[in-house]
Amino acid sequence: MLQLDAIDTGYGQAQVLRSLSLSVEAGEIHCLLGRNGAGKTTTMRAVTGLMPLWAGRIALDGAEIGALPAQDRARTGIGYVPQGRRLFTELTVAQNLEIGLMTRGSGAEVRDRVLDLFPRLRERLDQRAQTLSGGEQQMLATARALCTRPKVLLLDEPTEGLQPSMIEAIRSVITRLRDDGTAVLLVEQRIDAVLSVADRVTFIENGRSRETFAAADLSAQHEIIDRYLGV
Amino acid sequence: MEGNVEAMEFGPYLMLASLEGAVTAAVLALTAVGLSLVFGVMRVVNVAHGEFFMLGAVLAWAVASAVGGPPALGFLAALLVAPIAVGLIAAAADMTILKRVEYDPERTIVVTIGLLYIIQQATLMTYGPEARPVEPPFNARLALPWITWDGGPRLYWPWGLSTTTYKLAVIGAAVAVLLGVWLLMTRTKIGLIMRATQLDREMAQAFGIPVERIYALVFGLGAGLAALGAVLIVPIQQAHYLMGGDPLLLSFIVVIIGGLGSLPGTVVAAILIGMSDGIISVFFTPTLAKILATLLVALVLVFRPQGLFGARPA
Repeated sequence: MLQLDAIDTGYGQAQVLRSLSLSVEAGEIHCLLGRNGAGKTTTMRAVTGLMPLWAGRIALDGAEIGALPAQDRARTGIGYVPQGRRLFTELTVAQNLEIGLMTRGSGAEVRDRVLDLFPRLRERLDQRAQTLSGGEQQMLATARALCTRPKVLLLDEPTEGLQPSMIEAIRSVITRLRDDGTAVLLVEQRIDAVLSVADRVTFIENGRSRETFAAADLSAQHEIIDRYLGV
Repeated sequence: MEGNVEAMEFGPYLMLASLEGAVTAAVLALTAVGLSLVFGVMRVVNVAHGEFFMLGAVLAWAVASAVGGPPALGFLAALLVAPIAVGLIAAAADMTILKRVEYDPERTIVVTIGLLYIIQQATLMTYGPEARPVEPPFNARLALPWITWDGGPRLYWPWGLSTTTYKLAVIGAAVAVLLGVWLLMTRTKIGLIMRATQLDREMAQAFGIPVERIYALVFGLGAGLAALGAVLIVPIQQAHYLMGGDPLLLSFIVVIIGGLGSLPGTVVAAILIGMSDGIISVFFTPTLAKILATLLVALVLVFRPQGLFGARPA
């Protein structure tokens, strides 16, 4: 579904990603693991087009999208749940969702389906996003992305700083999306959370993609995790 | 004692000054809301804003004199054509100049200073140095009553206490347009898109909002509002190529006092500054009015840097 083929990118003069390759299939949760600064968030920003592509190809569903500006790329079916949520804080829950619905002209039935996934948001439609609890904000960020009917969902540390019940709620939504055929690219720090939810795991080191494993194989081989993440 | 045979008493005089102030406030509110919109959504300071005001006045004269016929017809044409033309010019400037400097705050200040001189000098070379009036569409004098106490309340008409229908219409038009801007920002899809762009430009892009086109639209809209204010004032003040200075200064004062990017704050501050400017100008001098307004800005910057209605930076 989503193919990254030897991409380079960076900020100004500083290169962050070096020839990074990755593929996320439909109906798969693909997790990126790596130390801080390895390039996980940058990989996601490169997919959304918020980082310029210096070299390499990005393809979605077989179509080359690497040359498109960010606003056009969103319309091809990339849903983004950024680190720190980045909601439109002064807008209401309903208005945040409306922005997501506008992206690809989704209608009321999409909105209803998304709100069925997050019933708590339905009770808070007229509340400003900044007044929501952390968990509700994360739900809204995810719901906003789902309103775009994404083929690929990018989730950057969706459970960061949440209480266990919220983590469970987010997790169950993510697995449900996977089962419905969405390709999910996930960045997550906590190894146990990754191994229980991911189908495949790719390790990133110094802006390069190293090895990719099936999550099931990885749980048995903790020495691999230690090699990439250990201190 | 008959009040109307003497020099005007304080009460009626204050009312007269307030009416003048209200006209200033109305036009200032339009101009400052334009500046505030541009700052709020695009996070850039448009130093050429006063020149878009001036351009609105000069184009109003050009359109009105080209149309000819009864004053109302020429004025109406000016009211429609001038703000749209100025808005298009500003949008073009945005797409050709501001986009090239990537809306970098410092570089935008420098390029809009350049734009200021280009517009000003181009106007001097074509329109010339004269001040030219536009005839108001209607301008009946309205005498106004004042209440006095003469054994019981009694109305009388002090000599000199009057306004014109046109001045009242300016105030009414400004209120209507500001209401329209507020409805645009809060009740429409394009308003929602503009606010989302204002709150987080990157996320707006990540959700398919064509931010550069929104910027051109907002820059054009901001300039168009300034031009509209100028068209309204030009039957009272005349069009001149240097008339953009005061609106720029006062708009900045208003936007800072009201809170950068806050539309309600901008309107409240425009009323405050416009009314006091009118009143102080009538009782004392226009220079003192500017001095006090600038002093108020200094105080706001020291004691409440986010402005009266601005949100504290998170």
